[in-house]
Amino acid sequence: MDLLIRGGRVIDPAGGIDDLMDVLIADDRISRLGKNLAERAPGTRIIQASGMVVAPGLIDLHAHLREPGFEHKETLQTGLEAAVVGGFTSVACMPNTDPVNDNPAITHYLISRARQVGKARLFPIGAITQGLGGGRLAEIGEQREAGTVAISDDGRPVMNSEVMRRALEYAGMFGMPVISHCEDLNLSGGGVMHEGWVSTELGLKGVPTAAEEVMVSRDLALAELTGSRLHIAHVSCAGSVHLIRQAKEKGIRVTSEVTPHHFTLTDEAVRGFDPNTKVNPPLRSAEDVRAIEEGLKDGTIEVIATDHAPHDLAEKDLEYTQAAFGMVGLETALGLALDRLYHRGILSLPQLLAKLTLNPARALNLDAGKMTVGAKADVVILDPERRWRVDGNAFRSKGRNSPFHGWQLRGMAMMTIVDGQIVMDQGLGI
Amino acid sequence: MSLRGKDILGLQEMTPEEILLILDTAEGMKEISEREIKKVPTLRGKTIINLFHEPSTRTRTSFEIAGKRLSADVINISASGSSTVKGETIRDTAHNLEAMSPDVIVVRHSASGVPYLLAQALKTPIINAGDGAHEHPTQALLDLFTIREKRGMLQGLKVTIAGDIAHSRVARSNIFGMTKLGMEVTVAGPATMMPLHIEKLGVRVITNMDEAIAEADVIMMLRLQLERQHQSLFPSLREYSRLYGLNLERLKRAREDLLILHPGPINRGIEIAPEVADGPYSLILQQVSNGVAIRMALLYLVVEGK
Repeated sequence: MDLLIRGGRVIDPAGGIDDLMDVLIADDRISRLGKNLAERAPGTRIIQASGMVVAPGLIDLHAHLREPGFEHKETLQTGLEAAVVGGFTSVACMPNTDPVNDNPAITHYLISRARQVGKARLFPIGAITQGLGGGRLAEIGEQREAGTVAISDDGRPVMNSEVMRRALEYAGMFGMPVISHCEDLNLSGGGVMHEGWVSTELGLKGVPTAAEEVMVSRDLALAELTGSRLHIAHVSCAGSVHLIRQAKEKGIRVTSEVTPHHFTLTDEAVRGFDPNTKVNPPLRSAEDVRAIEEGLKDGTIEVIATDHAPHDLAEKDLEYTQAAFGMVGLETALGLALDRLYHRGILSLPQLLAKLTLNPARALNLDAGKMTVGAKADVVILDPERRWRVDGNAFRSKGRNSPFHGWQLRGMAMMTIVDGQIVMDQGLGI
Repeated sequence: MSLRGKDILGLQEMTPEEILLILDTAEGMKEISEREIKKVPTLRGKTIINLFHEPSTRTRTSFEIAGKRLSADVINISASGSSTVKGETIRDTAHNLEAMSPDVIVVRHSASGVPYLLAQALKTPIINAGDGAHEHPTQALLDLFTIREKRGMLQGLKVTIAGDIAHSRVARSNIFGMTKLGMEVTVAGPATMMPLHIEKLGVRVITNMDEAIAEADVIMMLRLQLERQHQSLFPSLREYSRLYGLNLERLKRAREDLLILHPGPINRGIEIAPEVADGPYSLILQQVSNGVAIRMALLYLVVEGK
């Protein structure tokens, strides 16, 4: 059945489109874009989208979907359902599962399981080193053939600089970026929050921003040395933004991402000891948030990614020092991005949507994130003005670990379309 | 007058009036411990649970004696290790204890913030008996009580807190309390043991111990946790003791009427020389006696103020 989306503001950063127009989807492809489009065939489903924004489906290039191994925290089913509720049509999943995705068998499993689930597209990220051990390289070439789009030891930073250098060289042969979780484990050891005056008051061990900055510096130097592509995950502090900006001026091939929690919250949120505010890298200072906003504005940071990290209560509802790091993000990311960045005048809608569609697609060479005629029909229809309240108990994700429970946000996804099929509808299609 | 909240979590959230109310109440309590029959019926029929998730002799005994002198029934629970090791979360443990209708739960835990977690989860009043490196309000209150008892007042006194400030809940609670009461606080210790931005709490920071002692009315030595040696926070006990230990030589620079406090247990010969700990300036044992009075006052105010 064809879909005709009428009267929305179509924003496609890839095609340079920002105009009121209709979108005709035939089968699984974008068939036509234009004013006052006619139905192609009888039985076309009409979707009234006036007042709405119609954009390419969002891409999250940093999620932990926990399958295989940690199905009590999340499964591909619940994770991909959460994705489409949040407006995401493509999700790249990190390899820290059990077993680790460091071999083609796991990659094949993830891809076939995701096909059964339907919902959003899945792009597996392979490990850099076997078992995320930081030593021997994983079989990166074979994994690439099986369908991985990048490599990362996310959460287990590669401390050995020689191994990191070889990983960049090796992945570079396949044109694959290396995604780096930048953290010097000696400097961060035992830390549970940002090291600053809040950690001093609370008596919690802090993680200095230097723990991130020294590794960002190292990885930028290695990217320069090897000429390979580096993607820096979850930038949390001003120093990293400056380093990445300088590196880009020098022509180093680097992209970077920031999470909604890092542009929304500061270490002040840790007062009260809510374990849902415990995340790695930690929530930083107000100055760091300002620098991140600057980086988003001037394009230094081109991607917004969730670092969706679901945990169950047994690992999260604990003493602050014992609780697991991480928070869920797939169902709040778009709302936070619209509320905190668009409505506060930091980014325009096209700029914001580029960081959730075109830019992540480019960072990982994905065939996604565009609405040009002939492209796969992955589309999100969002209402940038709609006010809603975050209800953690209503999440499709199994994870309830969100510090935003109860927050009122402005802007949400109303409908998500993948391969021309409506996979999520908040009452728009009725 | 009574306390504002149901709990005693820390001095950071107390008003100066509340602090003084507790000190004044403790004055009356102190006399009870000096009687021949050291017991009053004030809290008869009340139940106090001491939930200690970290080894402690002094504080737990002090709370137990305080409760018993007020005729309350006191139950001690010692659990070691984190909740994950034990298989039950601290929140579950606390809910189970609450189901047995205690009137107050006294909590000691190695993780900062646990008393706050329990105070939110439970209706039962919580008294923080020390949480991680965060707060140790009853210790700071007994320190203030001891200083006031000796000097007759607190405002304007110069206090130096010396040692491992970064890992000390005693230092934090005292800084919060002392600055609220108009005392001038200096923190002294090696730069490796100074937490970031500590000066924002309204204290002077000094790394030279001789300077830190010079004008002080009160010096509070902190216990050095010996395992810090292996965390590259200082090179050796010998050097630490030479640079930061309080010994007779160093005391020559101090005021004649200096008061010396230490929350205990002391490392003799490391942060404090034996002849100083046992000497005329030392108030270490008075602190312990006064601890019982302070805890009696807190139990009374918390339970009766409900």
